[in-house]
Order: sequence, then C-alpha cells, then structure tokens
Amino acid sequence: MDLLAHLPALQVVVPMLSAPLIVMLQPRGLAWAGATAAALLSFAIAIALTFAVLDGQTLQYAMGGWPAPYGIALSVDAFSAIVLLVITGASSAALLAAKPSIDQQIESERQPLFYAAWLLVLSGLVGIVVAADAFNIFVFMEISSLASYILIAGGPNRRALPAVFKYLMMGTIGATFYLIGVGLIYMMTGTLNLADIQVRLSDVTDINPLLVAAGFITIGLALKAAVFPMHVWVPNAYTYAPHMVTVFLAACATKVALYVLIRFDYMIFQTTLADHQMQFAMFAMPLAIIGILVASSVAMFEGNLKRLLASSSIAQIGYILLGASFISIIGLSASAMHMFNHALAKGGLFLAVACLAYHYRDLRLSQLGGAGARMPWTCAAIVVCGLSLIGVPGTAGFISKWLLINAALQSGPWGWGLVAIILISSLMAVFYVWRIVEAIYFQAPIEEDAPKAEAPIQMLLVTGLVALLNIYFGIFPQVPLELANSAAALLLEGAK
Amino acid sequence: MKLLEMLGYYNYWVFAILLAIGLYAVIRKTNLIKKLIGLSIFQSAVFLMYITMDKVEGGTAPIIQAGVENPIFSNPLPQVLILTAIVVGVSTLSLGLAMVVRIKECYGTIEENEILDAD
Repeated sequence: MDLLAHLPALQVVVPMLSAPLIVMLQPRGLAWAGATAAALLSFAIAIALTFAVLDGQTLQYAMGGWPAPYGIALSVDAFSAIVLLVITGASSAALLAAKPSIDQQIESERQPLFYAAWLLVLSGLVGIVVAADAFNIFVFMEISSLASYILIAGGPNRRALPAVFKYLMMGTIGATFYLIGVGLIYMMTGTLNLADIQVRLSDVTDINPLLVAAGFITIGLALKAAVFPMHVWVPNAYTYAPHMVTVFLAACATKVALYVLIRFDYMIFQTTLADHQMQFAMFAMPLAIIGILVASSVAMFEGNLKRLLASSSIAQIGYILLGASFISIIGLSASAMHMFNHALAKGGLFLAVACLAYHYRDLRLSQLGGAGARMPWTCAAIVVCGLSLIGVPGTAGFISKWLLINAALQSGPWGWGLVAIILISSLMAVFYVWRIVEAIYFQAPIEEDAPKAEAPIQMLLVTGLVALLNIYFGIFPQVPLELANSAAALLLEGAK
Repeated sequence: MKLLEMLGYYNYWVFAILLAIGLYAVIRKTNLIKKLIGLSIFQSAVFLMYITMDKVEGGTAPIIQAGVENPIFSNPLPQVLILTAIVVGVSTLSLGLAMVVRIKECYGTIEENEILDAD
C-alpha cells in the first residue's frame, strides 16, 4: 500500500469525515482540538502533495479504481498544489489561533457544530481543487458555500444575517449558472471529465452551445469569485462574519472560484474555441482594471477596519484576474503567486484584526486610538502584513507585483498604461494602509492610560508567524515561484 | 417550417422562460421569502434543461430485457446528476429559509428595505 498514491483522495476525505466526528466528541471542549488536528493533517497532506508535483508532473487518482473517463477522477498538479497550500494553510493558521476569539463570539454549546461546518468548508474547497470533472466541482462548490453561509451567520452581530442572505442568493445564482454551462457542454460532448471534454470538443462542429456555455460558466464563477462588478456580497459578509471566519474565507474562498475559472477557461475553452483567448482577455482585463481602481478607492475612504480590508480584497482579485488575462506564462505565474502572497498578507492582516477585536469591540478606525501602545505586537504584525499588501520590496507582496509589472510590460503596446495602473493602485494601497497605521499609532487614545493588554498568546504567536512568513517568502520565494512557473507552463500547454 | 422546428424545442423555451422568471423574482422582489421562491424556480429551470437533454425519442429506461433486441435507451446520467442538484437545491432552500426565520427574529420583518432601514 503506497500511501502517497492515495493522498489526493485523503485530502478531501480527512476533513469531510472529521466533520461529523467532532460533533460527537465528548467532552465538547475537544471540538476545537479535533478540528485543528484535522486541519493540520490536511495541511500536511497538501505539503506532501506539493513536493510530489514540484517537478511539474500531474498526479492522477481514480476513485474506487474505476479509470477515467468512466470513474470519478481526481488530479493534482502544480497549480492545484499552490491553491491547496493556501486553503489548508489558511484554515490551519486560523484554527490554531481561533480558540480565544471563537470562545468570545460563539456560545459554547454551538461550537462543535460550528467547527464541523468549518471542516465542511475546508473539504469542499479542497474538493473543488482536486476534482477533475466538471460536475464534482459543482457539488464541492455547493458543499463549501452552504457551510460557509453557516460560518458567516454564526457571528454575534445581527447584520451578518442579511449579509449571508445576499451571499446565499448571489452564490446560488453563480453556482446555477455554472451548472447550466456544464449541462451545455455535456450536451455537446457526452462527458464531464475535464480532460475528456478537451479531447472530444475538437470533434464538435456546432460551437454556438459552447459559446453560451463559456458565457454562463465565466459569469457564474466570476460571481463566486467576487470579480468586479459582481462583488457586492463581499464587504458585508466579511465584515460581520466572526473574525476567525474572515481570516479563513478572505484568504482562500474567492481564490478557489478564480482557480476554477482560470483552469476551465485555459483548459477547455481556449483550446477549442477560435479567438477565445482574445475574448477572455477582452472580458477579463477591463473588469480587472476597473475592479482594482474602484475597490482601492473605496478602501481609501472606508471607516471600518474590516470593511476596508474586504474592499482591498476585491482589488486583489482584480490583480489575480489581470495576470490571467495576459495569456502568457509570466502573467499566469504572477496570478498564481498573487493567490499565494495575498493569502499571506490578507490572512495575516485579518488575524491581527482578530487580535485587536479581542479588546476593541468597535473596529471603526476612529475608535482604535492608542492600540499601538496597548497591543504593540499585534500592531507590529499589522504593519508588516500591510507592507506586504502594498508590495514593498522584501515582503511577499513585492514578488507578485513585480511579476505582474513584468507581465504587463511584455503584453504589448498597452503595457506601460497597465504598469501605470498597477503603480497607481499600489499608491492607493499605501494610502489606505497608512490610514490604519495612523489610526493605531498616532491617533489620540480613546481611554487615557489604558493598561497594556495583548491578545492571548496563541493568537499572537500565529499572527506573528504569518507576519514573519510574509518577510520570509519575500526574501526566499523559490518554492512558490517554482510552483507558479510550472503551473503557468502546464496551463498554457493545455491551451495550445 | 423553421418556426415549427423552433417551437418543437418547447422544453428549452420553458427552461429559458422559467430561468428569466426566477431571476426576475430574485432581483426585483423585496420580500425575502419571495426571493427564495424565485431562487427555487431558477434552479428548477436548470433541472428541466438536464432532464430534457437526456431524452432520446422512443427511448426507455436503461434496463436490459429478454426478447428486446437493440433497445433504445434514454441517457440515465443527467437524471443522476440532477438528483444531486435537487438535493443541493433543497439544502440551499432550507438554509435560506432558516436565515429568514432568524432575520425575522432579529429584525421583526422580512422586507429587504425595512431591514436596511433598521441598521
């Protein structure tokens, strides 16, 4: 029995089976420990998978031994590995730090169910990434979405409820659009396996249904990925969710939908539809640019810390989409790198926000005066992750911005304009990160002589670790860079 | 002739119309329950599309029978897929209704504009 061969299946199975088990764990206080153990185990699996695909090969797995295209296939390549690392890493970091914050925000008798929903989100998200057929992607997408509605609605603030309702509406419409597109493709090819679709589509002569399918799938996934202007569910959902849920979802939920969008488009539509690369670029690039500029300017004038960071997340989705719209190796590796680096930066920021929220109930910037003196370590982490979000050299954010600028320069005569846009939006990021720094360090304290009161040590340690990783991957980006490059090469190979 | 041919695809027409009705209700209605009803109609439309495309003219259930040579089967796979999608739809609907119940408890109303005014 070679355990390595079964890792793609275990990646999904471990969190999925752990979810019902931790509900039954006695005493109930063990739920957190069980969930964290399951998350760490799937993080370990993701790391093992990453090393297996580092040299650019693709792992195939046939469920139950039934070979594709008849059986259900799973596959893991370099691109999946990056996203798997982001998902499982974010979930592990958030869960490790979560206990004090969750104890504060969720009643103890509901906690086992809450952690079970968390693991279901985790297994749904990794399922999307490893699934190699279009319909399973839909099923995993709905598993993760339904569970994430529960997580977001779990918070103590009643405003979370209308936010979740909106998310549920838009998320379901997005998933249903995707389902329509998959149905149309099935109608034309008679298969759901992605690799098999690619082969059989070359024989299809009537391409009109495929064009319609491309439209439905792109719009549906763009809704799920919060691509501008389909992002309206994000700010409230992130703002009113329990703080630790925001850490987890902001780091990976929208990126997974973007992963499916990129994979689907490069693998299926660009290989079979004439001029589709052009169509995709013409669709994605304007949305990405407008999204970056609009969301960054909203963030510049936002008063609530969590909502400011949520707006910035929408802008970052724009960067990832912009990289993908260049249809070049360097552009795609910029996208993949930015998925990784933004998860580090934003995950770290939201972790630090959760630490702040441990003592500050009101997260409006105007109410955070004196935080720098009261919680020095937390605020130091905010500064480091903020610098990474801006893309200052020496932090992880710089690597992906640099790649993105290179990709823009190589993209043709419009390159300089795009570089200007990236620089302008980075300046906007400087502005909104500075507003946070000003609020926590230079604003007059709300309470005079408040005692020093840091967040609990386990939250601080994880936050500090993520902040340090932002610097580490800024100086030694080799591993994610190698992954991103081979991911880009694989994607473009599929598109030829 | 062309028109008749187009009308012949009436299942797909119904699919498109139901899809539009559902989407309209989701966007336009302010009552949260009505929004959910719209969402349900929207999802059911897709079920109809899948069920329609698997039908083969004269086809029966894919069961091998003695004495029947070269039988024509309808494709069972889309029906299985849509069974899964129906389960997803039911879970979404029940979760949505649960949210509406909690919104009613917290806000005392299920009208979207009144909820917006309340905060």
